[in-house]
Amino acid sequence: MIIGLGHYLAVAAMLFTLGIFGIFLNRKNVIIILMSIELILLAVNINLVAFSAFLGDIVGQVYALIVLTVAAAEAAIGLAILVAYYRNRGSIAVDDVNLMKG
Amino acid sequence: MIISGIFFWLFAIVCVASAVMVISSRNPVHSVLFLILAFVNAAGLFVLMGAEFLAMILIVVYVGAVAVLFLFVVMMLDVDFAELRHGFLNYLPVGGLIGAILFVELITVVFTWVIAPGVPKAITAPIAGDVSNTEALGLVLYTRYVYFFEAAGMILLVAMIGAIVMTLHHKPGVKRQSIAEQVARTRSSAIEVVKVKSGQGLS
Repeated sequence: MIIGLGHYLAVAAMLFTLGIFGIFLNRKNVIIILMSIELILLAVNINLVAFSAFLGDIVGQVYALIVLTVAAAEAAIGLAILVAYYRNRGSIAVDDVNLMKG
Repeated sequence: MIISGIFFWLFAIVCVASAVMVISSRNPVHSVLFLILAFVNAAGLFVLMGAEFLAMILIVVYVGAVAVLFLFVVMMLDVDFAELRHGFLNYLPVGGLIGAILFVELITVVFTWVIAPGVPKAITAPIAGDVSNTEALGLVLYTRYVYFFEAAGMILLVAMIGAIVMTLHHKPGVKRQSIAEQVARTRSSAIEVVKVKSGQGLS
């Protein structure tokens, strides 16, 4: 059985769906939400690299590299916000994030 | 060909299964460890696709930095995770419904798309056959996309500064070294010569 582009896209679709599902499932636990976002970005990267490989265009991998950078920055900032929030409130429950009454 | 097919199914199944465990595990430490497993298997998929450089970057950046950062935060914050799981099953129906709709839509797209006929002619940077993946990526990244590369560097710099500013905080009562104050001391401000008469002492 030849492994084609569709197989990789299907794996990426599953990972993306699991990431979205994880955000809904763990509404209160912001750490798991951040991990779900990482899964979503991983799915996007698999898509980009798959198209890059099967179309023979290296630009998709350049783009995947940029997405990787943004994902790393996002994780660092998100966890820094989490630590600052925990220091102020003593918990990380997302339900309590109503201090600014937005 | 058959070997790469076997490895594709191995990496894909383990990757998706560990993604399921990431979102359903009771202990967040286990979630982080399964996230690491998912990233390692995704790196394997990248290798199968011929993107070795990105596979190694994925291992270094995600497993080496991001996942360890997650692990550090999960272990450092003393959070009652059992309480956070309260209401886990309440969100299951709506989350499952939205996830199922999204998955059906994505799979519908995956199995029906075609590449437009103009696309193969419009490729901007074709992968050369005689250079390695890392060299091909470098040849494009440092020439045509050098501004994107520098923008990525700026994003990382801003993220680093932002994370430091948000998490660094000084407790008021702690004594710490002030180098400027130490260097600015002069002899007259630091030393006082007192003549003590014998037999009297200092009052």
